[in-house]
Amino acid sequence: MGFELETADHPERLRRVAIDPLSRVEGHGKVSILLDDDDRVRQVRLHIVEFRGFEKFIQGRPYWEVPVMVQRLCGICPVSHHLAASKAMDVIVGAGQLTETAEKLRRLMHYGQILQSHALHFFHLASPDLLFGFDSELSRRNIVGIAAAHPETAKRGILLRKFGQEVICATAGKRVHGTGSVPGGVNKSLTAAECDFLLADSARMIDWSLAAVQLIKQLHRQNPALYDNFANFRANSMSLVAHDGSLDLYHGQLRVRDADGKLLFDRVDYQAYGQLIAEGVKPWSYMKFPYLVGLGEERGWYRVGPLARVQNCDRIGTPLAEAERQEFLAYAGENGRSGPLHATLAYHWARMIEMLFAAETIAALLADPALQGDQLTTSGQRVAEGVGVIEAPRGTLIHHYRVDDDDLVSVANLIVSTTHNNQAMNSAVREVAKTYLDGRRLTEGLLNHIEVAIRAFDPCLSCATHALGQMPLEVLLYDAGGAIVGRLCRASGGGLSS
Amino acid sequence: MSDVFLLDGEQVPFTVGQTVMAAARAAGRYIPHLCWHPEFQPHGSCRLCTVKADGHFAAACTLAARPGMTVDNRTAELDDQRRTLLQMLFVEGNHFCPSCEKSGACKLQATAYELKMMTPHFDHFFPDRAVDASHPDLLLDFNRCILCELCVRASRDADGKNVFAITGRGIKSHLIVNSPSGRLADTAMSLADRAASVCPVGVILAKGRGFVIPIGERRYDRQQIGAAEEQ
Repeated sequence: MGFELETADHPERLRRVAIDPLSRVEGHGKVSILLDDDDRVRQVRLHIVEFRGFEKFIQGRPYWEVPVMVQRLCGICPVSHHLAASKAMDVIVGAGQLTETAEKLRRLMHYGQILQSHALHFFHLASPDLLFGFDSELSRRNIVGIAAAHPETAKRGILLRKFGQEVICATAGKRVHGTGSVPGGVNKSLTAAECDFLLADSARMIDWSLAAVQLIKQLHRQNPALYDNFANFRANSMSLVAHDGSLDLYHGQLRVRDADGKLLFDRVDYQAYGQLIAEGVKPWSYMKFPYLVGLGEERGWYRVGPLARVQNCDRIGTPLAEAERQEFLAYAGENGRSGPLHATLAYHWARMIEMLFAAETIAALLADPALQGDQLTTSGQRVAEGVGVIEAPRGTLIHHYRVDDDDLVSVANLIVSTTHNNQAMNSAVREVAKTYLDGRRLTEGLLNHIEVAIRAFDPCLSCATHALGQMPLEVLLYDAGGAIVGRLCRASGGGLSS
Repeated sequence: MSDVFLLDGEQVPFTVGQTVMAAARAAGRYIPHLCWHPEFQPHGSCRLCTVKADGHFAAACTLAARPGMTVDNRTAELDDQRRTLLQMLFVEGNHFCPSCEKSGACKLQATAYELKMMTPHFDHFFPDRAVDASHPDLLLDFNRCILCELCVRASRDADGKNVFAITGRGIKSHLIVNSPSGRLADTAMSLADRAASVCPVGVILAKGRGFVIPIGERRYDRQQIGAAEEQ
C-alpha cells in the first residue's frame, strides 16, 4: 500500500514539482512529486523540513520543570504536551493514583483542549475546502471566505474554540501555556463561580458540536463518491482506549487493530511502548517513521487520531456522541462494505464526533463537585523512569523520560501524533497523486487536492507554531535535465503569478 | 527626631544615618532595586536604585539621607537607564521566563515589567553555565544569576556558613560554591537557611516545588512590584 510511489527507479530522468510550504496546516512541510515525460506520477513524498531540539535541551533540566517547558513545542495543543509530560512525571514521583480532584481537573483541561483544537481545525482550516470545493476560487478558500458565505458557521467555530480556551484558562491559569498540571496532580482547583461561569455556555457548545457533526455527515452523504474514495488506503489503527474499551482521550491502554478491524494488540501498558513500537528513519525526511515491532517496517505502520480512535474503541461514554458513532459505523458497513472506514476525509466526521464527546464530557465534569476539592497532589516512591501517553487532538502522544538521582532529566523521547501518522500521510498523498494528478497538466486546484489530504490528518508539523491562512507557495517544473521549464507562484495574499 | 528630604517632589521623613532607600521604603515609596534587601547591609552593586540627589547620580541604597536634599527617582531619564541595566542583565544570563518556576515571583522579571522593558535590545550572550543538582533538597541554576550577592551575604551574615562567593572579575564575575569540590552537596547548606530563600531570581530553588503556586496567586501576580516591595 503506502510504499508504491515512495522511490522512483530513475529519479534523475524525472521532472520535479514541489508544494513548498504546505498551507493551512500547523508548521512547515513540503511535498515533492516526480513526473515523467508523459506527466505520469513516479514518486511522491511528504517531507518535514523542520528540526526541533526539545529532546536534547530537556536533558539536564529538573524533572518538575519539564511539563511547563515542553509544552512550548506547540501553540495549538500545548495542553497535550503539558499533560503527557505530567503523566510521565507522575510515575517518576510515585503518584500511582491521582486524587479524584486532580484527575478530573486534568481531564477537564484536556477535553477543553480537544474541543478548541478540533473546532479550530474543522472551521478555520478544513471547512473552506469542504464547503467551497477543493479547486474553488482561491481568493475565498479561507476562514474569511467562510465568514462571508456562512457567517453562522464561522461564528460558531470561533465561539466553540473560545469556550475550549476558557476551560483551559480556568484549569491551567492561562489560555495558552499555563502551569496547572504538576507532577503528582494539579496546582489549583476550581471555584463554584468558575464552574458556573463555564456551565452557563456548556449546553450551547453541545448543540453546536452536534450541528457540526450533522454538517460533515451531510457533506459526506451528499458526495460519497468523493468522500469515500478520496485518499482511501488501508492501514492499521492505534489509539488509547479506557480499561473498559470505551473512548478515553486522557488515559487508558494501547489498542491496535489491523486494516480489517481485527484486534492485533490490546490492553498494552504504555509504560512498555518500546516493545510495541519502533521508529524507522528515511534519508529524505527529518520526521521518523514509527511502526509496530511485531509486524516490521513494511507492514507495521499505522494511523492515529480521530479516525483510528472512533473505530478502535468499543463505545463512547456520552449519549449523543455514541449515537453518532453508531451512525458512523453503520455508514462504514453500507453497500456491502465491511471493516473500518479508511477514507481520509472521514477523519473530519470522526473529529466532529470527538468534539461532541468533548463538549458532553466537559458539561458532565463541570457539574461534578470534585472539581472544587482541595486534595491536589499526591506522591510516593520516587523512580527513575516514566512514560506518559495521552490522546492529543491529532493522535497518540508519547512522552518518555529518565531522571537521575539528582532530579535532572538524562533521557527524553517524544513521539508526537503527527510522527505516528507520517507513513499514513505519505500514503494519502500518493493515493491522491495517482488518482488526480497522473497524466494531467497541474493547476493550483489539483495541487490543493494533495494539501486537502494532508490537512485531513490535522498535522502539527512543527509542534511549535500555528501557520494560518494562505502561505506563499511556489511550484517549479523541471525537465529531465533539471532545467526549470515552468513556474507557478502563490503569494501570501493568495494571488497567482507565473 | 526625624528630618525630611524631597523624593520626586514629596517629603520623605528620615532619621539620622538612614539611607535614602531605607527612608523611602519606610515611607512606602518604591525605588527600583535588585541587590538591596532590608535584612542585609547595602551592597550598591546592581546600580538599579541610582537616583539623582541634588543633581548628582548616587545609589539610593548607600546614600545617607540629608535634610532638605532633593532626590529624583522615577524620572524618564533614570528609568531609561534602569531599563538598559535590566536589558544587560537579561542578555548576560539565560533568563527563559516561560519555563522558569520563579516566573511571577521573580524580582528581575517584575522589575522589567515595572520599567516597561519590552525587548532585551542587546544580543544574548547565551553563556554556558552548569546546573548544580548535587544537594538533596536544593537546586542551583546559575543560568539566572544576576550577581546581587544576597545569597553571599545571607549565608555569611545570617547563617554563618559562607556557602557562596563571587569569583572572577568584570564580565567574568560569577557565583561559586565555597567547597573543595565546588558542589553544594559538600557544604553545610540546608533548606532552612536564610540563603536558601533569599534569591530574588531563580538560582537557589527548593527541589520538587516547581510550579506549585498557580498563575494568579504568585507574589507579583497579586501586586505590582512597586506596591509589593513596600509592605
